[in-house]
Amino acid sequence: MVCMEIARAGKRLTARDAGLVACRRCARVWPMGQARCGRCGSHLESRDARSLQKVWAWWIAGVIAYIPANLYPMLKTNTLVSHTENTIIGGAVELAHHGSFGVAAIILIASVLIPVGKFLAIAFLAIGARRGSSVPPRTRTHMFEIVEFIGRWSMIDVFVVAILSSLVQLSVVASIQPGPAAMTFALSVICTMLSAQAFDPRLIWDAVRRQQPRKTS
Amino acid sequence: MTTETLARTTPEEAAIEDLIACPHCDALYLAQMPAKGGRAVCSHCHTVLIAPRTKAGKKMIALTLTVMILVVAALFFPFLDINAGGIGNSTSILDAASSFRSGYMVFLSFLVAAAIIFVPLLRTVLILYVLIPVVRDRPALPHARRAFRLSQELKPWAMAEVFAIGCAVALVKVQDLAHIGFGPAFWMFSALVILVLINDNFLCTWSVWKSLELEND
Repeated sequence: MVCMEIARAGKRLTARDAGLVACRRCARVWPMGQARCGRCGSHLESRDARSLQKVWAWWIAGVIAYIPANLYPMLKTNTLVSHTENTIIGGAVELAHHGSFGVAAIILIASVLIPVGKFLAIAFLAIGARRGSSVPPRTRTHMFEIVEFIGRWSMIDVFVVAILSSLVQLSVVASIQPGPAAMTFALSVICTMLSAQAFDPRLIWDAVRRQQPRKTS
Repeated sequence: MTTETLARTTPEEAAIEDLIACPHCDALYLAQMPAKGGRAVCSHCHTVLIAPRTKAGKKMIALTLTVMILVVAALFFPFLDINAGGIGNSTSILDAASSFRSGYMVFLSFLVAAAIIFVPLLRTVLILYVLIPVVRDRPALPHARRAFRLSQELKPWAMAEVFAIGCAVALVKVQDLAHIGFGPAFWMFSALVILVLINDNFLCTWSVWKSLELEND
C-alpha cells in the first residue's frame, strides 16, 4: 500500500466526508460544489443522485430488446437445397449437433449466459446500493468491475453475423443474410453497457457506511 | 512506514492537488508515486489506483503506432476467403462491417464499423497526440486533456479483440458449408488483438493525468 490513508479521528475518510468531490475519471479531488474537473473536464458530482434511475432505464430497455433478440432469427442461410433460419439458441444447438461443442459453448456463453448474468448482476447491484445487502461491499465492487469488463464480449454474435453475411455470398450455392435479431441483440448489448456505466459504485460503499457508521478497521 | 503512522494525516494538512480519491468507493488518499513496477491499491475495495511502469510512455507509443499500422493494413487486404462448388468469394474487414445493407440494418453496419475500425483507430491517434509530448518532455499540445478524456471514454466501445474471436466462431460455423482460407489481413488482425490487450494494461491513466496537469499549470 503506497498511498497514505487520510483519516480524521481514527476513522477512514471519504472525499465526501472531507468536504471534497472526487472526479471519477481521473481521481483528482476538488472542493465540494465545483461542477467540472479542472484537470480532465469531466462532470463532477459527489454522488450521482439520478445514477440508479439511469441504470434502471437502460436496464429495462436492454431487457425489452433482448426478448425479440431471442425470438427472431439471427441468421438466414440459403443453400441449393435448403433455407434455414436460426435463432441464437437454435444456432448453438445446431452447432452442438455437428459436434462443435466448443463453439456452441462460446455462443451460448456470450449470447445467453453473459447477457442474462449481466441483467441479474446489475439489478442486484442497483437494489443493493439502495437497500443494502449481506454480500460484502468489496465483492460487489468486484462484481461491478466484472460486469463492466465483460459487457462488450456479448457483441461477439453480432460480429459473427456480420462476418458470415459478407463472406458467404456464393450466389445460388450458399448465401447467408442477417436476421432482425442481430439488430435487437446489438441494441440490448449497448443498453446494458450504458446501464452498467451509469451505475455509481460509490453508492455500494455509502449504503455500508450508513449501516455501520462507527465501524473502523 | 506503517499505515498506523500514515493514518494520522488529516485532510487539512494535505494540499488538495496531492489527494487522490478511489473512483470506486470514494476513499481519500494522499497520492504518492509507488516504485516503478509497484502499484498503489485502494485498501477499501482493492481498486488499482496508480501503476506506473518503466518507460511506459515510450513503450505505449511504440505499441500504439504498431496498432495503427496494423489496423490500416488489415482494412485493405483480403481478410477471409471462401470456396464452395467452384464459386469463391473473399471479404475484407470493410465488407464485414458493411454487410447489413437492407433498411434499418444499415445502422448496424455503422455500429460494427465504429466498434472494429473507427473507435480503435481514433483511440490510437488520441493517445499518440497526448503521449508524444509527455514522453519528450515538451508542453502538452492544445486540448490534450480533452483528447485523453475522450480516449478513455471510448475505451469500452473499441471492440477489435471481440471481433477477432467472432472470426474464429464464424470460421467454425461455415466449415462444413465451404472451404475457408485466411487472407493476410486475418494474421494482422490477430497480432493487433494481442497488442491492444498489452497496450491497455500498460497505460497508468493517473500518471498521464498527473503529467498533463503539470504541463499546463
